[in-house]
Amino acid sequence: MANLKELALLEERAPGFYGGHSLCAGCGIPPIVRTVLGSIPGPKVAISATGCLEVATTRYPFTAWGVPWIHVAFENAAAVAGGVEAAYRALSRRGALGAEPVTFVAFAGDGGTYDIGLQALSGALERGHRLIYVCYNNEAYMNTGIQRSGATPYAANTTTSPVGSLGRGKSERRKDMTAIVVAHHIPYAAQAAASHWQDLGRKVERAAATDGPSFLNVLATCPPGWGHDAKDSVKLARIAVETHYWPLFEVVEGHYRITHRPLHQRPLEEWLNLQKRFSHLHGERSADLVVRLQQELDEGWSQLQMRDAADAEWFRAQEEAGA
Amino acid sequence: MARVETTSQVLTGAEATAHAMRQIRPDVVPVYPITPQTPIIQTFSRFVADGKTDTVLLQVESEHSAMSAAVGAALAGGRTMTATASQGLALMVEVVYIAAGLRAPVVIAVGNRALSGPINIHGDHSDGMLARDSGALQLYAQDAQEAYDLTVLAPRLAEHPDVMLPVMVGQDGFNVTHSAEPVALLADEEVGEFVGEYRIPNPLLGGEGPSSHGVFAMPDSYFEIRYQLVEAVEAAEHVYDELAAEYARRFGRFLPAIDSYRMEDAQRALLVLGSAAGTAKDVVDDLRGEGERVGLLALRLYRPFPEAALRAAMGGVTRLGVLDRAVSPGAYPPLFSDAHAALSGTGIELRSFVYGLGGRDLSTRALRQVLSELAAPAAARIRYVGLRGEDDDGES
Ligand SMILES: Cc1ncc(C[n+]2csc(CCOP(=O)(O)OP(=O)(O)O)c2C)c(N)n1
Ligand code: SF4
Ligand SMILES: [Mg+2]
Repeated sequence: MANLKELALLEERAPGFYGGHSLCAGCGIPPIVRTVLGSIPGPKVAISATGCLEVATTRYPFTAWGVPWIHVAFENAAAVAGGVEAAYRALSRRGALGAEPVTFVAFAGDGGTYDIGLQALSGALERGHRLIYVCYNNEAYMNTGIQRSGATPYAANTTTSPVGSLGRGKSERRKDMTAIVVAHHIPYAAQAAASHWQDLGRKVERAAATDGPSFLNVLATCPPGWGHDAKDSVKLARIAVETHYWPLFEVVEGHYRITHRPLHQRPLEEWLNLQKRFSHLHGERSADLVVRLQQELDEGWSQLQMRDAADAEWFRAQEEAGA
Repeated sequence: MARVETTSQVLTGAEATAHAMRQIRPDVVPVYPITPQTPIIQTFSRFVADGKTDTVLLQVESEHSAMSAAVGAALAGGRTMTATASQGLALMVEVVYIAAGLRAPVVIAVGNRALSGPINIHGDHSDGMLARDSGALQLYAQDAQEAYDLTVLAPRLAEHPDVMLPVMVGQDGFNVTHSAEPVALLADEEVGEFVGEYRIPNPLLGGEGPSSHGVFAMPDSYFEIRYQLVEAVEAAEHVYDELAAEYARRFGRFLPAIDSYRMEDAQRALLVLGSAAGTAKDVVDDLRGEGERVGLLALRLYRPFPEAALRAAMGGVTRLGVLDRAVSPGAYPPLFSDAHAALSGTGIELRSFVYGLGGRDLSTRALRQVLSELAAPAAARIRYVGLRGEDDDGES
């Protein structure tokens, strides 16, 4: 894994992603994109879904992309990526390209992944394209003005799950997208957060070395969408991990491993209190919502721990075989 | 014109198209099954399985993904073809527009079929018309031979530097896709030489530097970019004419944008797309035998609409019956509207006839009736040929 200095140097020499885009201050997306591109050795092609990343980085006639890049629509990043990868296979096969392998990396928001893009993603995973699919998950349709998505957490206030005299924020749980992806039997899937960039970088390296599809679900902070201060972005992502709201783990050939175990579980309130989308959860009237959220987190964490424990032997055997 | 060695086989339109694809050897073919297109991809899949072409075949999970993968593959630098029909094309349409806008030269074989609902698997042109304004070029074949020839021609048209657009090659569902007839195939090498290497500016792979495709355009630039698309579609007419001439020179088969049949001294004529041309030619022959001055115009090139060529083809025609196999509920149907605009100011009287929706047969008797109606004053704003109730004495 490259250290921060090496990453910065790489970025300077051959930037995959330039500044000068119009993503908000404190947006969680740029550090994810930089870490992902910086952790993939060799040439790469990026494929984007419609969303904040695409809109804010490619306003004609400018582009923030230093690597070949393509965007076609909102719901089809995985299909487009599959097509690009198929062309690569065809062209390589008849010697039309250089010998250096090219990595294909798709970036899509949670809307473009959990919801409208789920079918295309499922198809691409099942077909087994060699590509890395990165969901930058800011937990709502941000580009169109903070509407709820399948990734929006229970009780969150969005413009389409508003808090009102009756409304109490989103009334449904978020999907477990990573588990949906794992059910496709792909060789590598992981959850990551920009706060733990070394963990993310290592996962990207692993994904890049994987012969087949890999999937990274990366939590991305969003100051306007979540209602937090731009300066709190990294801190907030860290709190998400340490409250067990967003555990960091990877799934190799179907085997689970927790990649970062917080020393202490931080109280959920630390996560909620920094974000206006949860501001209606303060006080007695909303205690039941907080209890339900906490239950969801605890269930998720204990299930993850069980899986991690059950698969520990498998990982040990893998490492021994590798050593 | 040179006569070239060809091998004739009895093939359906779908099989002939698959043979053209095999000979073109596209790099990537993403596909999804739908009647009546399915025999194209089944036949082609067999060719791939037998090692007859080294195409990467992607069995995607929907037509939306087929077209999405096609755009990705084409802009990555690989020659790309796909095939669809009806609901599949409807599902694709979002991406067909984008393919045109991003100037991805994908060839799309279409087995033209009715749109739901009610669901119906039979032939008409509603699906093609749904993509009419996408910027994708549209060709319509009259029979299996033309489906083959136009498919061979399509990559050159799509990839021409002045064009760089998707091309839809339509063949009527069942009437052409499933009808077997002798088809003269070119030799594999001839097709290979004719289509040549695939080359596009700034491919994602093997390009000279990183390029961004599919960027975000604001009101200060979108209009100009779309205007470039309009210019490219318009330029395609001339490119088509040149390619048709080259095809004739090389292979002895001439497929002009408009097939003018017995138009010399014609006073009344029909204008059609696709397989109706065959039936119409029989009817024209019969009526000519009876001394009637009638003729037929069949468009092979529908987008861009060959406006000047249509005007030139009219000769002394005073009444033109335009046969649409699609409707535009609440307005005149698409081919009629196009022809009407193209011929405005010529003094020619145009009449609108709608036929064959959802696979209803167009009989020779019905076409004779249309041509005889053309000799009299118009009976209706739009005539629905073969519709029960309106047209009980027309066979159906
Ligand atoms: C087919 C289609 N439906 C809807 C839209 C409108 N739209 C564009 S971006 C977007 C939301 C994107 O959300 P997400 O994928 O989470 O990315 P983010 O904006 O949060 O970066 C929506 C609804 C569209 N472009 N295409
Ligand atoms: S709205 Fe949110 S996701 Fe979009 S650019 Fe701003 S911070 Fe980033
Ligand atoms: Mg989002």
